[in-house]
Amino acid sequence: MDAGRLLHDLFFDYTLRTVALGAMALGTVSGTLGAFAVLRKQSLLGDAISHAALPGIVLAFMLTGAKDPLILVLGAAIAGWIGTLGVMWIVRQSRLPEDSALGIVLSVFFGVGLVLLTFVQREPTASQAGLNTFLFGQAATLVMEDVVVIAGLGSVALAVVALFWKEFKLLAFDREFGGSLGIGMRRMDVLLTTVLVVAIVIGLQTVGVVLMSAMVVAPAAAARQWTDSLGVMVMLSAAFGALGGVTGAVASSTTTGIPTGPAIVLAVTLVVAVSLVFAPRRGLAWEWVRHRRNQQQVRTGAILTDLYALARQHTDRGHGHPVAVLEAMDAKRGGVRRTLAVLEGDGLAKREADDSWSLTAAGEQAALAAIARRNPDDG
Amino acid sequence: MTRIDVEIQLIALVAAVACALPGVYLVLRRLALMSDAISHTVLLGIVLAFFVTGDISSPLLIVAAAATGILTVALVESVHGTRLVKQDAAIGLVFPALFSIAVILISRYAGAVHLDTDAVLLGELAFAPFTRLEIAGRDMGPRTLYVMGSVLLLNVAFIVTFYKELKLSTFDAALAASLGFSPVLLHYVFMGLVSVTAVGAFDAVGSILVVALMIVPPAGAYLLTDRLRWMIALSALLGATAAIAGYWMAWLADASIAGSIAAIAGAQFLLIFLLAPKRGVIAQTLRRARQRVEFAQLMLAIHLLNHEGTPEAERESRESELHDHLRWSPEFVQRIVRLAERGGIITRDGSGRLFLTPAGRAAARGAISA
Repeated sequence: MDAGRLLHDLFFDYTLRTVALGAMALGTVSGTLGAFAVLRKQSLLGDAISHAALPGIVLAFMLTGAKDPLILVLGAAIAGWIGTLGVMWIVRQSRLPEDSALGIVLSVFFGVGLVLLTFVQREPTASQAGLNTFLFGQAATLVMEDVVVIAGLGSVALAVVALFWKEFKLLAFDREFGGSLGIGMRRMDVLLTTVLVVAIVIGLQTVGVVLMSAMVVAPAAAARQWTDSLGVMVMLSAAFGALGGVTGAVASSTTTGIPTGPAIVLAVTLVVAVSLVFAPRRGLAWEWVRHRRNQQQVRTGAILTDLYALARQHTDRGHGHPVAVLEAMDAKRGGVRRTLAVLEGDGLAKREADDSWSLTAAGEQAALAAIARRNPDDG
Repeated sequence: MTRIDVEIQLIALVAAVACALPGVYLVLRRLALMSDAISHTVLLGIVLAFFVTGDISSPLLIVAAAATGILTVALVESVHGTRLVKQDAAIGLVFPALFSIAVILISRYAGAVHLDTDAVLLGELAFAPFTRLEIAGRDMGPRTLYVMGSVLLLNVAFIVTFYKELKLSTFDAALAASLGFSPVLLHYVFMGLVSVTAVGAFDAVGSILVVALMIVPPAGAYLLTDRLRWMIALSALLGATAAIAGYWMAWLADASIAGSIAAIAGAQFLLIFLLAPKRGVIAQTLRRARQRVEFAQLMLAIHLLNHEGTPEAERESRESELHDHLRWSPEFVQRIVRLAERGGIITRDGSGRLFLTPAGRAAARGAISA
């Protein structure tokens, strides 16, 4: 399918438009809340919440017998919320580390969900088949009604974040200070976690239980690389989430045999990879460039100093010093010829004879500067 | 009970113990969620090895799965090693990505064969006995039982052989390194073992139950004992009982066996969490309440000692005044005075004035000078 056709379908094809809208909405919401989760080192809470939601979904279905998205999401949210409180309770009341608490809640809640699921599957009602999509997510099953639920609950979640922006910021960076200002930090913690639960459960039908955690972690981890400001990070994270959501959803609904959840996850993972490598200042590529530049500077500095030291033993400035001598003085470093070529290009050294070199006037200044840099205390 | 019932229980039991053993170290080393990550990413190894061999029962699948487990650990550590993301975020980035690749490969290229993601995630213990191991045409029992049995033996052998090294590198990695062990090497070998265990177990019980069996019993055992040996033994015991009880719960309720085992393991943990003799919630609450009362009695004794022989003693040593001076509620004062009297710390004369007994005075002095 060519790009123009895809763009056309994106706006006018019902299924594709629905799927893309749903994925975009959930990417925005999970990206926003994920930023806080990642900053608060709660990256894996999302994993626990999404698994813990399963019994809630199944129970909601068993009690109402309906597959109304709002009711299923409500069930998921209640179970996910109880699971989160369970994690907090275990961590506070015992010496178990947080990751163990997450593992316990995740696996036990999911196990209970499985037991309940076997009850549902025994019922002859055909509609229960749809519950399976919650495991892996199937965006193709999204209808406008689902998108309305995602967007509606998502907007509430975003509104809460906007309303309590300052409090959540304090919660993420300086909880004690917030407490000293008289803000109930414990209540804010529960509120933020509740909103995170909402952000996660609205994505389950699209991305699935297993992969929803990536929607929380990945956009935020990518956004973190580009900025040090919370506001910018949240915006970027939401944008990355939306981008990943649309890309994955479109890839999955235009290619056969690619489930939505994995496609979305790979799309946001790609954003993370690019961010880790290329983000200005923090990125690995810049780090590499910086490292190379430092190395080069150390090398040229050493050669300049050596040449200067040699020149001081001779009266005539133009006296050439053989490369072999320089190599002996700088035995560990190597690359002497290459560095000399660089220095010549910069007009700091000049070639006197075949293999012997001297400093130019500018080179002498540079050597003095390099010596001063190396021994800053010598004045 | 039919033979199939016995076989299922045996498989569950062996899988539970095999998972609980490495689980102890995962809990202690704060790597609990690595089990979640590995139990998902081994799928990638299985898929890739399946594409190469075309044989779902090839032993190469287990080797490849273990390799992806180690790859997962290495990837998480190298992403974390860039210092650009925290460790929990690194886990949350790596395993969904690898798992996604596996799911896409399966649904695109292996749709027709027995590699279905539902079964991987959920597992179906009830079907495990149907794949038999036959040697020279003779039925030797369920194949999974042999696989899990070997994994169990491997785990026992590893832990027995490297007990000291594991213990040291778990509790003091720096000391282990300075004594000349390589905690890093041991770490990777151990994570390879976790991967092999996960792969053997998830075939039978599903990847989520692998997490339940690896983390929940050791977490419970950790609340019951401070000794590593006991923790290992208790974890195995808790896992084994959860497996058997879970089987019977599933049988009674006609529900998923894997889910029931996880649910029972959760119930076990909840009971331990609440009732554990020293670290349980109830024991801790009681201990705190008791300490509060003991501390209050000591405060009362110190208060009386402070005013002993001074002009204010007459006023300060009356029960009716205490709640104001110590800022306690009148009911609390009453309770503490009663307990202190009964405990022989104070006495009271006819007018209601409180006096320290010699024992009470000694206790108050001891507390001040300490």
